Order: sequence, then structure tokens, then C-alpha cells
Amino acid sequence: MTERLDGPQDPPADVAGGPSTGPAETPQRKRRLGPSPAVAIAFLLPAALLLGIWVIYPIVYSVFRSLFDATGTGFVGLGNYTTIFSDAGTLTTIRNNLIWVVVAPIVVTTIGLIFAVLTERIRWATAFKLIVFMPMAVSLMAAGVIFRLVYEESPDKGLANAVLTTVHDTFSSSQGYPEARPRGGDQSPVADQGGAVVTKQPAQAGQPVLVPIVGVKPELLPGDAQPAKAPAAGDGLSGTVWFDFTPGGGGTNNAVDGAEKGLPGMTVEAVRDGQVAATATTAEDGSFSFAGLPAGSYVVRLPASNFEAAYGGLSWLGPTLITPAIIGAFVWVWAGFAMVLIAAGLAAIPRDALEAARIDGATEWQVFRRITVPLLSPVLLVVFVTMIINTLKVFDLVFIIAPASVQPQANVVALEMWRVSFGGGNNQGLGSALAIFLLILVLPFMIMNIRRFRREDT
Amino acid sequence: MRRSRAAAILAGLAVAVAACGNAPTTTEPTASGSAPATGGDKTLEGVTLEVAAKWTGAEQKNFEQVLKAFTDKTGAKVTYASTGEDTGAYLGPRIQGGNPPDVAILPQPGLVQQYADQDALKPLNDAVIKEIDTNYTPYWKELGSADDKVYGVLIKAAHKSLVWYRSQAFEDAGVQAPTNWDELVKAAQTVADSGTPPFSFCGASGWTLTDLFENVYLSTAGPENYDKLSKHEIPWTDPTVATALEKIQQIVSKKEFLVDGVSGTMQTDFPTCVSKVYGTKKAAMVIEADFVAVEADQSGAKVGEEAKYFPFPKVGDTAPVVLGGDVAVAMKDSPGAMALLQFLASKEGGEVWAKLPGYLSPNKNVSPDNYPDELTKQLGQTIVSAGDTVRYDMSDLAPSAFGGTDGKGEWKVLQDFLRDPTDVKGAQEALEAEAKKAWK
Repeated sequence: MTERLDGPQDPPADVAGGPSTGPAETPQRKRRLGPSPAVAIAFLLPAALLLGIWVIYPIVYSVFRSLFDATGTGFVGLGNYTTIFSDAGTLTTIRNNLIWVVVAPIVVTTIGLIFAVLTERIRWATAFKLIVFMPMAVSLMAAGVIFRLVYEESPDKGLANAVLTTVHDTFSSSQGYPEARPRGGDQSPVADQGGAVVTKQPAQAGQPVLVPIVGVKPELLPGDAQPAKAPAAGDGLSGTVWFDFTPGGGGTNNAVDGAEKGLPGMTVEAVRDGQVAATATTAEDGSFSFAGLPAGSYVVRLPASNFEAAYGGLSWLGPTLITPAIIGAFVWVWAGFAMVLIAAGLAAIPRDALEAARIDGATEWQVFRRITVPLLSPVLLVVFVTMIINTLKVFDLVFIIAPASVQPQANVVALEMWRVSFGGGNNQGLGSALAIFLLILVLPFMIMNIRRFRREDT
Repeated sequence: MRRSRAAAILAGLAVAVAACGNAPTTTEPTASGSAPATGGDKTLEGVTLEVAAKWTGAEQKNFEQVLKAFTDKTGAKVTYASTGEDTGAYLGPRIQGGNPPDVAILPQPGLVQQYADQDALKPLNDAVIKEIDTNYTPYWKELGSADDKVYGVLIKAAHKSLVWYRSQAFEDAGVQAPTNWDELVKAAQTVADSGTPPFSFCGASGWTLTDLFENVYLSTAGPENYDKLSKHEIPWTDPTVATALEKIQQIVSKKEFLVDGVSGTMQTDFPTCVSKVYGTKKAAMVIEADFVAVEADQSGAKVGEEAKYFPFPKVGDTAPVVLGGDVAVAMKDSPGAMALLQFLASKEGGEVWAKLPGYLSPNKNVSPDNYPDELTKQLGQTIVSAGDTVRYDMSDLAPSAFGGTDGKGEWKVLQDFLRDPTDVKGAQEALEAEAKKAWK
């Protein structure tokens, strides 16, 4: 189990420290019951040899290598370590690791605790636990691939955005022409104004208003749209909103040509002195007119609501949300593990303490807060420390989930170490320095774990 | 070139395993054969050669046909070994073990210098150099050279100066294939007005952005500056770089030009951006190399009808032709190896290969008429007519920390520039800072 939770890439100091130091020392304090030192050494030798080759030597050599430059011949002293703390990219990785270490273990432990306490009280507890634990059976790389898909930007592919857009569209939906806009340039009679489209010249009653729009996505053009007609001069204020683009090209800009279609369903406002005087909606051929409007000059405006894009969800894989998104995937994988450990601890809590508290009149919350959590604290600590170690060396999730363009924003120390060593930079000096830096970060938690193992042994 | 990093890594691992397994089996030392091989007199009868390249599948079959032509001519027996995607991972252990293939085909000229430094390459003999002088412009000779010795010959090219478009989108908008940059920008605007976003950029694949930059730079700054910038002899803060970036700005800074907006673009990797043009038909153009044809075909578009291309339009004075390609080198000093390189560098060898599909020759004496289809003929024609101004992909000539790593160097800065194309000066300074780190 220990191996499984610490993962294969760990500097296996705890594996080494736990079993070998503990039992080896205990017999010597008492009378000697065990074998003679020679036999003991003979038995320890294979393990010591393997540890030496696979653990001690690589660590020592990494320290040594980290003092040299990329080629391995030039001695740079602590230069590589200075680079770690002066390079902006590497500092980002340290910042990200910090976010990981602060957020991920707390979230995983909390969710694990909630699940564990809740599953105690439901009927299909085993089935529920099994499902929550299932992600542990998936390799981190596969989990990364899964979440890369979950976080896809397009709601057609990405589950996260599909859920968000579905929820959003239940409450409001867009009916307009997203990304449609007035043509750029001076000739156009209309211009963009903070998302809305307004006429450049004030319009008078009797003068038809032309509102040419371009960039309408063909699939968004309603089926009932009719070819636009050049508006006739009438009494009131009227005009045409149409898609000023002849299919196949060749139309005249800013003039209604035969084949160009009107844009039905547009909201049009007549604005005077900043006040909306009247509102109209375009017909199937894009024409509109304001009835009963006092004479005078107005600005004709298509408010921004006509051009609002459908809600597309969040950019999970963009530079801002990438780290929280990957932490989400991490929590998905590890919450089940935390739950199982905590549930085991929960089962071991003496029932009478809980009973006593309840008889004394404590509420369920008080029982949980004052009895359950304190009694569980050793288990919570195990989960917490294990998660800290896991987050410090997180690699595969970041590597797989973050698209290449946001890798610099999502980068973490372990990934940076691999990248500078082998992923093109080929600077194994700097890579070794990062490895040692990571080792130093992990070390306190390793020591904590070993100490705890020892305490439990004695 | 680098399609998928993850796939490449997996392939690399597989190759590493395979290399351990079968390294010592294939070659026997080839001591026989004294006279240099010329003419069809089978002077190399009894000689065996091993040649290693990354090609598999159809590409491998075609290359083996070329090797067979060599065998028919000289009598030497040639075996082919596939290195997989990561050529370095395959060749490294074999060089270390003292058992390299006779001839290796390297996917990047940068490796020529690297292996020359390791004394793993044999300089070409006079016969091969003479062949190169006849058939190649001096630029290619220099590209295969290290420390004033000629080691390699570029035998296969990839054409990176193309803009692919969906003909239906152009027809709907009523625009023609543009021939210069201003026309391209104008056509893009018209396509955008018609309701189709004109460009599908592969923002997540940094190498596609370097290809775009290289074309614009080669065209605006000219081949001499291109060579200097390739070697970092002029800084990236040079005004010529600013000009190129400002040109790129014209097509990337308009929101309506990018399919799925900036955020969507930044998450699109290489084959996906092609399928946005030919698969889901959301965009009109994708700027990438000849190998887009393969992806377009997989998206269900017929190359030549639905999927068309035009040469990268002139931005400045030079019509840009940027090539990628493979360099053949000798790793053993055997007459057989030299004879094979001479054959591959010759007009004769190039024409055998050119008649097979999927091949483009950098050899100026291989007539484009040899190519089996119209598309390749046109591509070949642009290479021949560009003559001395053809250049090799700049990012593949740079140290890979600068020109070939996700999230680092030129890839990262150009991605940042695509995300926020307003700050040309800041991008230049960032590029220079990264270049300084990589070239020190």
C-alpha cells in the first residue's frame, strides 16, 4: 500500500527509512535476541546494495551534477540554483507548486472526510465507496487524457462546458447574430459603439435608414429570411437591416443588392438625446419602421443584445483557469483514496465516545466537530501528508491536460525538471538542481512520515 | 515535423527498446569494394550496406525502391532500418556501441553539427562533393557541412511555404487566391465579412507559428538577414524582426479573423486546425506545409478540388520558399556508403524517387516533370524557380531549447504574441532574451 500511495517516482527515502531503520534498531536496545552482526550484515547487504545503487548513488550524483553546466564539464558552483530563483519561468513553476500544495491536499482531505462520514450513514455504502474509489484504478496519464476532453472549450466536446451551457441556457438563451458586425471603414453608414451598432448620421423621418451588417454566420441566418429590399421613402422613420454580402462576391458595399438577405428579428431603437424614444423589430426582409414617432432627428441603434454570442462556458484550458482545472482532475483521482483511508479510521473510532456525547446532548455537528475529527486526526494527517508529497511531484496531469500554449502557465517543478533535462534544453545540470530542490521540498514531509511510522511501531 | 509530442515520446521509447534488442544483428563490416562506384558496372558486388531513416509504411516502401535502383546499378546489397520518430534516440546508442549504420538520414541539419562534434560522421569524398556542387545551390552544401567539412546531403524536402484553403469558402466569399500579402489581408477581410472566419491557426503547436514567422521574415528581410538571424548573428530586437511581426499582426489581431477566437486558437494543435478547415468547415485557410494534404484527406476533403493551396504570398521583395527536410550522412567510411550518397545526390537517383508519390526533391536538376501528380509538380516548380533564395526552416536550425520545445523559447514567445498581438517590441525583447539563453 505504501508504495502505491507514494507512487513510483518518489525518492524512496520512506521505503528505505521505515522498514530498515526501525526493526534494525529495536533489537539492539534490548538483549540480543536476533542473529550475530555478521549474519545481520549478510542479510542486509542485498537491500543495502540495491538501495545504494538505485537511491543513494543517484541522489549523490544529482547533487554533484547540479554543480556543473549543460555540457557537464564546466563547474558553475551554485549557478544553477541561482538560475532557479532568477528565471521568471521557473519562478512560475514554484508559484504553481505552492498553489498546489496549499489547495490540493486540503480539498482532497476535506472531500474524503465528507464522503467517509456520509457513507457511514447510507445504505449502499460499499457501492458508493467503490464508485468514488474507482478513479484510483485509472492511471494518472489516462485520467489526464479524460480531463483534457472534459475541459474542451467547445460545449459539443467538453463535458464541463456542456454542463455549464446547459444550465445557463435554461435561464436565458441568445437569439441574435453573434459575431455579426458593421463593415469597417469610412464608407459604412453605421459604426460599432461598445457592442451596439449605431448610425453615424442622425436619421430623419422620411429618409430611409440603411444598416448594413457583415460577418453573419451562414448557419445563423434564419431560414425565413427574405431578400432585402431597398427601403422606400415613407412618412415615418424606417429602414432596413440586412446582411450586406452577396454570396459569391460582386455586390456593392453598403447598398441593397438583389441577392442579399434581410436580417429578421433584430431589435432596433430610435434614440434621441440618449433616451430610447421607440423600439421596433425587423421583419423577414429586414425592414423596420417606427410608428407614431414625433418628428425630429434620431440616432438609430441596434443594441448589443442583438449580437451577444451564445454562452460558451469557461476557458478551462486558458492561462487563468488551467491550474484550478488540473487540481480538479487531481481531486477526482485521489478523493476516493482519501475516503477509503478516512472511512477505515472512522470505523476504528470507539462508538461509546460518540454515544456518550450524544447522551450528553451534543448536536450531530458538535459530535462531528468535537469528537469525530479529533479522534480521526492521525488518519487525516496521514492523508494530508501523503497528498502534500503527491502534489509536490505532480507531473503527468499537468503534462497531459495543459495544451502546449499554456504549459508555461501551468508548469510545475517536476515537469520543468524533465523539460530542461530531456525535453529539448538538454541542460541536465539545471535539471539536477531542480531535482535536488524538489527533494529538499519533499524531505520535511518524508521525515514527518517516517517519524510517525516509528511512533506507531513502538 | 513534430506532429504530436506524446506520440513522439512513446515512439521514442519503443525505439529505444527496439534498439537495445536488435542493434548488433544487421551489419557486417564492409571492407571489400575498392573502386568508387560510377556507371552501371556493378563494381560493388558483394558489398552490404545498412541505411537508417525515420520513414515507415508507404514512405519506407518508396525509399526501398530507390535503394533497389541503387542495387541494380552497383550490385551492393542495402538493408533498411527504421529509426522511428526519434532518430537521436536510435542512433545515439549505436554510435556509442561502435556499430552505427553505414548511412543515416537525419531529420534536422542541426544533428549534422552535433554528430560531427562527436566524430560520428565521415566527411564526404570528392566524388560526392562534385555531385552536390552540380545539383545543389551552395546553401544546401553549407547546411550539410560542419567545421568546413561537407558531411551531408539534403535528399528529401518538405515544402513549408504554403497556404491551404477550402475552395468552397473562397467561392462563397468570391475571392481569388492572393498573390501578395496585402491581397491576402484583403481576401481575409472579405471572407470574414461573408461570415466565415478566414484563418485557423494551430496556436497550441508552436512550430506552426515559427513556420509562419519564417515565411514572413524570409520575404520581408531577405535571405541574407534570414541566415544571420538563423545563426543569431543579428539580435531578435533588429528592426527587420519588428517589420515581420507587424505584418503578422495584420492577420492575427482581428478577432473576426480567428476561428473560435483567441482562446480557442490557443488550444488548437496541429492536425485539429486542419480539420477545422476541412472537417468541420468552420474556417477558410490554414497556413502550413505540404503535409497538410494528408490531414485534409483524412478530414474527407479531396486534395486539389476541395483542399487547395496557394504559395505563401510575397510579403516583401522575396517570394518565400522555406523547406524542411532530411539530410543523409555517412557514419562509416566505406566506399559503399559514399557510392550510395553519391547516388542519392545525383540527378539519376533523385528522378527515380521523384516518380514515386510523397516525395519532393531539393535537387535543382531533378525536373518537376518527374513528379506523379500536378500538385507536387507545382510545389517542385516553386523550389526550382526560387533558386538561391530557398531557405531551411529556421527553428530547426536553432538550438532545440529555442526552436523546438513546448513552452520555451521561440514557440512560447510567438504563442504569447498570438494571444496578445499588440506588443511587438515586448515580443522582440522576449525572443532576444530566450535566444541569448539558448545560444550562450
